[in-house]
Amino acid sequence: MMAAHRENPVLQDPNDPATVPGVGYDEAIERRIIIATQDGLPLVPQPWDEVAREVGLPVDELLCRVRAMLERGVIRRIGAVPNHYAIGYTANGMSVWDVADEWVDAVGEFIGALDAVTHCYRRPRRLPDWPYNLFAMVHGRSHDEVRQQISDIADRIVARFPGACRGREVLFSSAILKKTGLRIGGAAGSVQKRG
Amino acid sequence: MSRATAKGQTPLLDDTDRALINMLQGDFPLVRNPFADVAIRLGIDQGQVIDRLQRLLDQRVLTRFGPMFQIERIGGAFCLAAISVPEADFERVTAQVNAFAEVAHNYRRDHALNMWFVLATETPQGIAATARRIEAATGLPVFLFPKEREYFVEMKLEA
Repeated sequence: MMAAHRENPVLQDPNDPATVPGVGYDEAIERRIIIATQDGLPLVPQPWDEVAREVGLPVDELLCRVRAMLERGVIRRIGAVPNHYAIGYTANGMSVWDVADEWVDAVGEFIGALDAVTHCYRRPRRLPDWPYNLFAMVHGRSHDEVRQQISDIADRIVARFPGACRGREVLFSSAILKKTGLRIGGAAGSVQKRG
Repeated sequence: MSRATAKGQTPLLDDTDRALINMLQGDFPLVRNPFADVAIRLGIDQGQVIDRLQRLLDQRVLTRFGPMFQIERIGGAFCLAAISVPEADFERVTAQVNAFAEVAHNYRRDHALNMWFVLATETPQGIAATARRIEAATGLPVFLFPKEREYFVEMKLEA
């Protein structure tokens, strides 16, 4: 987790409740912060001031709570989510692998660390239709490039874990049908706010 | 990964757009004037940072800008799910599935299982409940693929 420690002139130690009096973990407040920001941050010079007003907190306390949420991993990161098609990654391949159960974690660690792979998860099989238990996302500029990367990964698996992998497929995305991120609390709208 | 060079890619991004996108996939400064900080790092003014961000969102180069939450850390759940949608029904089912607020992302993929989406719910029980409601709405079985283990996540894509 990348936390922007160096940037904050207000809060020296976000874990120290004395930094901002009265700040302790509060699930209800965190939930309000999520609801206020899940559609995106307002694009104004002082976005957190606007969020703080919406949540009903002093801005210093809001920043402290957001920092704590980052450090606990409730917020993975703050920033931009690119449409990977629009920035040139037109081939988005979900590679799926049928790996023997005794090897799946070793193979997962191995391919998850490769540069070509952006996410890697173990998931349950759905037999008989779906024998695959390891999912690895590979992004590239063409289907051929992604297929080549996946073929290289397969070769490495065979070399390192002979017999562990029994089959694979790649599912290319052909359209983004929705990409809004999570929504809780029945909040309406998915349009980025602007002041 | 190397930079995009594909021709005909729309909309066209200039070097400042790319620098902004790359910078904002890292850490956004958690300060009261964060765009001013970004502006200094990019060598442009704050108004330009805000205008460019708004344009990139309007053009859907960026799908969102703000905090990304791991709902599991506050008791919620994410789950990958898939449906095998008959081609003739694809548009109808897309509208039905996307109408659920719990559907955070949805992709069409080339496979018999041709619709893959992510459910995000406030409780772990919400995943199965939502899947049942989607099955009721669409008349199609929903396969759930919960994450059993995560090996690596790196969401940066260099623009």
